[in-house]
Amino acid sequence: MNFDDVQVGQELPPLDVPLTAALIVGGALASRDYTPVHHDRGAAQAQGLSDVIMNILTTNGYVGRYVTDWAGPDAIVKELQVKLGAPNMPGDTMKMTGTVTAAEGGDVEVAVIGKNAWGNHVEGTVKLALPEGA
Amino acid sequence: MPLSPEKKQQLEATLREFVGKPIGPPYQGRDAVNEPMIRQWCDAMGDTNPAYLDPAAAKESVHGGIVAPPTMLQAWTMHGFEMAKGYDEPTNEEQRLHKILSEHGYTGVVGTNTAQGYTRYLRPGDSVSAEIVIESISEEKATALGIGYFIVTRTSFRDQDGEEVGWMTFRVLKYIPAQQPQAAADAPAGQPAVPGRIRAPKGHDNAWWWDRVDEGTFPIQKCNACGTLHHPPRPMCSACRSQDLGWVEASGRGTLHSFTVIRHPQFPGYDFPIVAALVDLEEGTRIVSNVVECPPEDVHIGMALEGFIHEDEDGFKLPLFRPAA
Repeated sequence: MNFDDVQVGQELPPLDVPLTAALIVGGALASRDYTPVHHDRGAAQAQGLSDVIMNILTTNGYVGRYVTDWAGPDAIVKELQVKLGAPNMPGDTMKMTGTVTAAEGGDVEVAVIGKNAWGNHVEGTVKLALPEGA
Repeated sequence: MPLSPEKKQQLEATLREFVGKPIGPPYQGRDAVNEPMIRQWCDAMGDTNPAYLDPAAAKESVHGGIVAPPTMLQAWTMHGFEMAKGYDEPTNEEQRLHKILSEHGYTGVVGTNTAQGYTRYLRPGDSVSAEIVIESISEEKATALGIGYFIVTRTSFRDQDGEEVGWMTFRVLKYIPAQQPQAAADAPAGQPAVPGRIRAPKGHDNAWWWDRVDEGTFPIQKCNACGTLHHPPRPMCSACRSQDLGWVEASGRGTLHSFTVIRHPQFPGYDFPIVAALVDLEEGTRIVSNVVECPPEDVHIGMALEGFIHEDEDGFKLPLFRPAA
């Protein structure tokens, strides 16, 4: 993807992420986050949750991946901002959508939403630089 | 229990002492940036970006070789396995701050926002350290979870040469839990507890109305003495004070008296935006409901509507309206 291919208002292809225990636990351990609510259902239930919940680093990973899947390997991600909402738990699906909200001088801003059955798990913004040209 | 004003003043004075302070010395990540950890990350994230995984393709890319996914920044300085056992005694100033708040009843903690900036991409061999400063603590705020304080930390990530490679801000709410999340606790294991629509409380005066709706009819309360219609149901006729009340079945035909479109805040269990409507029923009373099966921009006052009994996935029934055919 080059900068000239991008227009404000453009929508990214949607991505459905089936949330399994393997994904949630795997994401937590791959990010070296051993906080019990991310791998131990008993610990999660003791806090009033029905199951383990996705950690924030995994959310960041999915938001980044969702945008670079679209933008390609020559994109350079500069900044990521996320607002966290409904937890991601096994058995649910996170439906990701994204829209280009700004494009100027090679820099692009994409608004990303990851929604599960409870509502928005994440509302994020990713700023990235794309190669010039078409 | 909220604190007395004096106790709160003392607490807030203590909290202010933390602002601007590093939580401790910089923490050096245990392992340098390395390809096995990158691959394990990419597996979990479903990320197939060749810049992270394929040396030949990465060499051809703008990166000129394998780089770590930028969002992996924080992972290089996480504490790993020791996090599982928890900490009996605070080992840094951030934990000490959280402990003080917990001891004052602010036991809940939830991450609400984070932002990261990437000064440069990390490559295998880079070693990363993190220095965390408590940037700000808010005034006490009332939130849906309970009253609490927002704490923002700012982390500066540096490489082996002391150069900043990225930064992160992280905002948590430390709060007095307002209530136990019952819906979640009652869910069968392995299933997310998806909340349904909030149900109307059924009392002596209105339970019969919901029971008729459950049977699939759309009732309107009618005074047996003077014939006045009422909604919502009540114990006494507002026109003649009779307590001899019955009901008739509504045809469902009505017109839109007024409406508003609810976009925020978005509660779980509802499809947004919601068109909240006041509907004049042809029988001569008015009901609050939703207009569905119609884009909000096409909804207009005076439009003809058709009522029907809607059933949610959890079995809850209620009358809703759609544009008349």
